Amino acid sequence: MNTLEVRNLTVSIEGETILKNFSLTIPKGEVHALMGPNGTGKSTLAKVMAGHEDYTVESGEVLLEGVNVLGKEPDEIAHAGLFLAFQYPLEIPGVSIANFIRAARAARLPEGEAINAVEFYKELYEKMDALKMDRKFTARSLNEGFSGGEKKRCEILQMSMLEPRLCVMDETDSGLDIDALKIVSDGVNLMRGPDRSFLVITHYQRLLDYIVPDVVHVMYDGQIIRSGDAELAKELESKGYDWIKEAHEAATAGV
Amino acid sequence: MSETHLQNEAIHVDTERGNFSYPENYEFDAGVGLTEDTIKYISDVKNDDDWVREFRLKALEVFRKKPMPTNWADKDLENIDFDKIRYYLSKGQTPSRSWDEVPDDVKETFERLGIPEQERKFLAGVEAQFDSEAAYSRMKEDLEKEGVIFVGSTEGLAKYPEIFRPYFGKVIPTADNKFSALNSATFSGGSFIYVPKGVKLKQPLQAYFRINAENFGQFERTLIIADEGAEITYMEGCTAPKFETATLHSAVVELVALKNAKIQYITVQNWSSNVFNLVTKRGLADEGAEVKWIDCNIGSRLTMKYPGVVLKGKGARGEVLSIALANDGQHQDTGAKMMHLADNTTSNIISKSISIGKGRSTYRGQVHMPKHLKNCKNNTECDALLINTNSRTDTYPAITTRGQNNTVQHEASVSKVSAEQIFYMMQRGLSEGEAMSLAVNGFVNDLMKAFPMEYSVELKRLIDMEMEGSVG
Repeated sequence: MNTLEVRNLTVSIEGETILKNFSLTIPKGEVHALMGPNGTGKSTLAKVMAGHEDYTVESGEVLLEGVNVLGKEPDEIAHAGLFLAFQYPLEIPGVSIANFIRAARAARLPEGEAINAVEFYKELYEKMDALKMDRKFTARSLNEGFSGGEKKRCEILQMSMLEPRLCVMDETDSGLDIDALKIVSDGVNLMRGPDRSFLVITHYQRLLDYIVPDVVHVMYDGQIIRSGDAELAKELESKGYDWIKEAHEAATAGV
Repeated sequence: MSETHLQNEAIHVDTERGNFSYPENYEFDAGVGLTEDTIKYISDVKNDDDWVREFRLKALEVFRKKPMPTNWADKDLENIDFDKIRYYLSKGQTPSRSWDEVPDDVKETFERLGIPEQERKFLAGVEAQFDSEAAYSRMKEDLEKEGVIFVGSTEGLAKYPEIFRPYFGKVIPTADNKFSALNSATFSGGSFIYVPKGVKLKQPLQAYFRINAENFGQFERTLIIADEGAEITYMEGCTAPKFETATLHSAVVELVALKNAKIQYITVQNWSSNVFNLVTKRGLADEGAEVKWIDCNIGSRLTMKYPGVVLKGKGARGEVLSIALANDGQHQDTGAKMMHLADNTTSNIISKSISIGKGRSTYRGQVHMPKHLKNCKNNTECDALLINTNSRTDTYPAITTRGQNNTVQHEASVSKVSAEQIFYMMQRGLSEGEAMSLAVNGFVNDLMKAFPMEYSVELKRLIDMEMEGSVG
């Protein structure tokens, strides 16, 4: 079964249509990159899939492992296996990273079951070590006063602790220097496996040198206008988005 | 997640625990309304000394003369109909020393509220008041041997006038405000505590104030004296069933910390949403002494409460740490007063309020440092958290500082739990209620660390339930 199937999704916000009959399929275990210029609807897609309420779904379906998640609450979608690494992670003052992740894990347990604190911290520390995060970070308020790079590492830490089946990463590379980019990418690569799929949303090809995708999609004006293998990203890097925009506009004008 | 969700009516999940009542069955009932005869009835039942009778009747006059403070306070006060309230209801004046002797309905009430269990676990003594009088009162025997006195107001004034009379009504005079006058006229129950020189209580004493009857006013009176070098922690909790009609709770609490003594007074107020909670609390701190108020207001319809410390002796310290949670239909009007009357006195006020839905929080602070004083310090922080756009919060700090090397620091902040923060937390798998609860707990987190463990656990539980309820 495919991990994700987006079928003919049309979405608007305040009367403006952002996603236009958008479709995308990610088979189990694959990493797909979604690229494209700013303002083409990449982040909108991520938020709609995660259940953000600001958007109006005009038509279409989002199937997560065969089950339509549109209209479900964000926590239900999270429990169904979708994790969204935010482009701009929110600050939650007074709530420590450790407590937050623990609460998120606890929310997935059946009623009456509790988390084993010793095992939890052991796992948390191992995963922090892999992301080269200082263990003292666990006591800090979530994202409060973090640098851009720290926030993104913290997103990946949460992602690895919550073990989602579909990881949606929204511009995780923005705000990262090259060292942080490598560390974050290593963390993601460790999570790759036959039962987990990724949708890596990025503006730049750079990230895809480290997280090598199975498929690259180019998005423009609310739709995917071209798909290919990892080479497509490199072609875009050298030719720029204008090349593909022009090609698309020429093609649609001819219809 | 939607705005309308966030604005949902408050659901009283947590007050549900206290939302039950037993049929009325009282031996003593002063009837409805407040006249000289009501006061005389209370005095007769209690067999008050003449000076207490006079004290009460004089207070009634003051109460009648004082206007309602509606020129600055919530107009909702006008909805209190003093002629429809019952001022004294009891089954008897002597509390039992054993839970087995407590009448069944009263015993069951306190069992449902978990009081006997808490007593076994971590308390040095408990007084459990049911409407106007304590039904149960007991302190560990070793404390009695050390000379600690822990009795109700009637017994305190009748049996130990030499200890309590010099301070009774002195920290908070009858005429302090309309409701202190009302309490001075009608007071019944509460705790009178004396801790002898140098005696340090390791475990807290606790009082639980329970209102069972409808159209009722509870007017407990508490006076705690910690003699030189003594230390005591006192905790109070309160609940009432939810009635259609208004219930009145108007207490007076006076604390006296003599030289180098320490008093810590903790309140977790969780009245039902029909209770007017109009309480006057003030402590006197002598040289080197410390008075600390930890005040948590979760319930009630309108609370007006500004615990104060009169820093009378050199080097005295005063502190007010408060958390107020105002859900739909509630107004938490709280704050603190610090009166610096000697050199080298320090005070600290930290106030955190959370307003949800149409709930309203107000902070009123007063810090007074006159010109002739030296080296006094005050720190005031008030932070408000708003959960949705209809919430209202006001801050009225009044700070007067003169003199040499006196410093005052005041910080205030207002923050909101945004829909994006909630979305972020829900994306991690938390329900909306869990997300809000986490945000609120995060907001009060640094203050909670100052609380005794048993109470921070209870407070966290109440906040969790209140937040779960507020999203429906």
